[in-house]
Amino acid sequence: MKNVISSNQAVSYAVVSAKPQVIAAYPITPQSSVIEMIANFCDRGDLLAKFIPVESEHSAMAACIGASATGARVFTATSSQGLALMHELLHYASGLRLPIVMANVNRALAAPFNIKADLSDSLSQRDTGWIQFYCETGQEVFDTIIQAYQIAEQLLLPVMVNYEGFILSHTYEVVDIPKQEQIDSFLPLPPQRHCLDVEDPFVMGQTTDLYINFRYKLYQAMEAAAIVCKNVDTKFQRNFDRGYELIQPYYCDKAEIILVTAGTIAGTCRVVSDRYRKRGLNVGVLRIRLFRPFPKDQICQVLEGVKKVAVIDRDFSPGCGGIIAQEVKSALQGLRAHIPVYEYIIGLGGQDVTDDMIETIITRINNTKESEGCTWIGLLG
Amino acid sequence: MKKLRMKDIPITSNSLFTTEGNETGDWRSQSPLLDAEKCSQCGFCWMYCPDNAIRPEKGSFMILYKYCKGCGICAKECPSGAITMVTEGSS
Repeated sequence: MKNVISSNQAVSYAVVSAKPQVIAAYPITPQSSVIEMIANFCDRGDLLAKFIPVESEHSAMAACIGASATGARVFTATSSQGLALMHELLHYASGLRLPIVMANVNRALAAPFNIKADLSDSLSQRDTGWIQFYCETGQEVFDTIIQAYQIAEQLLLPVMVNYEGFILSHTYEVVDIPKQEQIDSFLPLPPQRHCLDVEDPFVMGQTTDLYINFRYKLYQAMEAAAIVCKNVDTKFQRNFDRGYELIQPYYCDKAEIILVTAGTIAGTCRVVSDRYRKRGLNVGVLRIRLFRPFPKDQICQVLEGVKKVAVIDRDFSPGCGGIIAQEVKSALQGLRAHIPVYEYIIGLGGQDVTDDMIETIITRINNTKESEGCTWIGLLG
Repeated sequence: MKKLRMKDIPITSNSLFTTEGNETGDWRSQSPLLDAEKCSQCGFCWMYCPDNAIRPEKGSFMILYKYCKGCGICAKECPSGAITMVTEGSS
């Protein structure tokens, strides 16, 4: 059924449809309405799950880890500082190979204090062993939560579904919520796994000198994850007539310039791309939906042969530049061809990213032969 | 002993036992030696041992060297001076 809802509400409905048994979460702007709604669903009996109101995000993830270790399907949601507080336990979740699904509403990290969109919170958790998706619409947020459970349970890896604070979390749009029978047939009960059991006690994740071997197994699972994500999306397309792929190219064939970005900035880039194509300059747009594992082969396929690549980051790593730019540059090593990569930092702390700003970027790229390093757009004069 | 292969280990470090299977005795560099004649059976060593590596025995206490990490707390707390720490490997 079609509903006009926010992305936060889309997450809540998706969680009800996925029927987790345990939810542990702590409210934080702009995520709060996700768990308020889920708490309501639990209270009314629409979702038969144990809702654990914890005292911090660290405890939220700890409770999810404990519940998942007993075999339960679990869910949590957070944002920014909350995600940062979970950091230590994110490693535990992936290291114990627990299929936890978490929604993270992208918000800037303090200081200075800012509650608006910025991808730095989750991108800075890239090495924790979580699969990471970045969404563009409310519908994609709903669908990715459903896909995430299937991916997590197949690979025994945790999945983080990211979407931008306010721009998506509090913006209402049409979201189709499939019938429960359709969701159930796409997402059956999770397969059996080795879980904690009081009748047959054992230690999970115990001290070991074989550490490097278990890290290798995590590496192997992540290497296989891109294909699993692709297959789950294909199956989703078959069942629901919509899908998202791992990356979304837009007019990238024969493009002279390709703008690479994640999240909602891609929409603005497409509008500008259409405008430039009418003026005779082929500007393509590549939206990266799956960030971990980084789909480098697919990205190289799209970027091969293009004259210039511009990566537009709503995030940054001090001392390094745009985080997605670093990943793209690293992926392009596989091509053994010199493609200049222009790096732009834009829209941090929820600053509006306008079509004019994207046009400014394209003008700059046109006027310079080589990349100028990390360029910031939208600063005070 | 059969050589451990990558394919034989699970995806994470899950033991097939509880912490009883974690034999930590080989961490020890100092070993507690209990003189049963001096022991007054007060039970301080048993209560203070942080690893539960001392058990009551008939008339005295037994040190479980399979688990004892050699921290020396028992020797320090023993009011009768019945426990002495000796360097591991010395006679």
